Amino acid sequence: MNPLTLCLLFSGALFAAGLAGALCRGNAILVLLGIELMLNAANVNFIAFWRFGPSPAAATGVVFVLFAIAVAAAEAAVGLALVIAVYRHQRNIRLAEAVRLKG
Amino acid sequence: MSAVPTPDSLLERAPLLVRDWVSGLFPASWRWLTGSLLAIAAVILGFGLLFTLLTLIERKALGRMQNRPGPNRTGPGGLLQPIADGIKLLVKEDIVPVAADRPLHFLAPVVLVAFTLLSFAVIPYGRHLLPVDLASGVLFFFAAGAATELAVFMAGWSSHNKYSLLAAMRALAQLISYELPLLLAVVPVVMLAGTLSTAAIVAGQGRWTLGFIPHWWVGTPCGAAGFLIFMTAALAESNRSPFDLPEAESELIAGHLTEYSGFKYALFFLAEYLGMTALCAMAVTLFLGGWQAPCVWLQSIPSYGWFFLKLGALLALLMWIRGTLPRLRLDQLMRLCWKFLVPLALINLGTAAFWHLSAGWEPLPARLARWALALLLVLGPFAAIGRRLGAGVERRRYRYAPS
Amino acid sequence: MTSVLVILAGFTLAAAAVAFALRPLVHCALCLVLAWAGVAAFYLWAGAEFLAFAQVLVYVGAISMVVLFAVLLTRRQADSDEAPGSGGAGRIAAGLAVAAVVAGVLGRAVLGANLAPSPVAARPLDVRRLGAELAGAYAPALLVAGALLTVALIGAVVIAATDAETRGEDRR
Repeated sequence: MNPLTLCLLFSGALFAAGLAGALCRGNAILVLLGIELMLNAANVNFIAFWRFGPSPAAATGVVFVLFAIAVAAAEAAVGLALVIAVYRHQRNIRLAEAVRLKG
Repeated sequence: MSAVPTPDSLLERAPLLVRDWVSGLFPASWRWLTGSLLAIAAVILGFGLLFTLLTLIERKALGRMQNRPGPNRTGPGGLLQPIADGIKLLVKEDIVPVAADRPLHFLAPVVLVAFTLLSFAVIPYGRHLLPVDLASGVLFFFAAGAATELAVFMAGWSSHNKYSLLAAMRALAQLISYELPLLLAVVPVVMLAGTLSTAAIVAGQGRWTLGFIPHWWVGTPCGAAGFLIFMTAALAESNRSPFDLPEAESELIAGHLTEYSGFKYALFFLAEYLGMTALCAMAVTLFLGGWQAPCVWLQSIPSYGWFFLKLGALLALLMWIRGTLPRLRLDQLMRLCWKFLVPLALINLGTAAFWHLSAGWEPLPARLARWALALLLVLGPFAAIGRRLGAGVERRRYRYAPS
Repeated sequence: MTSVLVILAGFTLAAAAVAFALRPLVHCALCLVLAWAGVAAFYLWAGAEFLAFAQVLVYVGAISMVVLFAVLLTRRQADSDEAPGSGGAGRIAAGLAVAAVVAGVLGRAVLGANLAPSPVAARPLDVRRLGAELAGAYAPALLVAGALLTVALIGAVVIAATDAETRGEDRR
């Protein structure tokens, strides 16, 4: 089994772990952490193809991952601010209870 | 400006000869392992020894600044005081609160010391004395420093004490805020040097004008401003006075360290001093020329001698500041960071860009204009923002004690 | 080479799995920090040093702080710090089943593809080249990312900040 396949399997397993975490836990913060892990899995995929890719060119894979990390950071900040706003409204962060559209 | 042939005297090469001799005692295929282990042992032992000396010198210097002698009972002139402190802390009972989170409570000082020691790996201590030569050495240093903030949180949270937690969150707010001017102050140097590798940055400062004016980055206007911002942010990052609110005894007892006793407390102190030393060492590397000698003819003193001389000067400066300035309140230090240091650091980036782009201004009036413009760009915002932030505070009146 | 990759991958996956199985929320966050550090180690293995240190700086140094602050600010004082709302064994089973299906599909795709890794030796990333590309070909993307981060930061502050009416509700 070549290293590229191993890297891609690692990325797929990490994605599945993030997905499982986001779906199974009912806590808003853990769902956000699951999403962060899925983003990381996608980044691992990019770096695997950059490392073993056919073209010896440049830093395209790395640049993409840098931007993905920046966007993930922005998304984490906004998501956690939303969690704090939800907490202020309903005094806990159980997603099962955040079902009303009325503010 | 003259290029100088690199001296390669016996003193310079002595550490390499020791390393080769020790590596020669083991099989040749283990060479990288023995070399690395030797470097690790040298860094830990050397900076551990420096830590013990530093605690003693600090207490005596602070004592003298406060008109008292400092520790002078243990050993001649108090020289054995650090050993006495070490023995005391080792034999003290290690109290862990009943409701505390035991694994995290144990791991917090370990993680702190580990990441602080990790940041020593990319600093060039001498011409041939760089433990690891990374192409992104500067980024590695700050990444290791950023990871130490987690340990502060772990310490405060695992103690199961609401005052520890509150103090840990305040300490984290301070640490995160001052990361920003710390990193922004370094970017001009990286921009002008064109590399993130610490060895290359030090090598790039190895030129002299007329043989006695060194081309250290602190000699440029943007470098000097960056150096001052870096030292202020370094004081705050290592929780040193006047930014030592997180561990001030008159505040939340000992802050996030309240529930720690015995050797774990000693490890926190070790981490604080090592962090301070690492930041000063990085300041020496980036701004003060690293191991380069100030004049061409002073290169007979080995490079590691110059490095430790400059490091000692910066550490003495920090001790002087501790003994002189009063502590800042939390809102004052946050205001200093966000409303003063961050705008100045951002403007400094612009000044560095101007400095880089105007490097080709050759005739003498153009060079003078370049310097004048750069100084204006550095001093103008400093005066303007300082005046604006200090408005409304009346002039301080000093009253001295009758002699 | 491959054995190092297997060890790194195993450590990261174990940390990620444990992170979602623990009950105290702070322990979950700290375990996930270990997983992020594992991903950074993978980047080091692949030769992208700059990216590995950037990952540590951003994820371990900054995002973990935001997550931990959010955890601390959204705790009820009376509760112990467990992660509420994970009840429902049916929900957990359904979630695991979906994740297993996704893992299966991805695994089949990867193993079925005819991948031939390039025989070129590992090339460590040249930081100068990365900087030249970021400031050259990808400069518009860099500016857009900067604008995005600014907007996100301001938005997060606005959402999470208290104002007069919410302060009244807080005292309820």
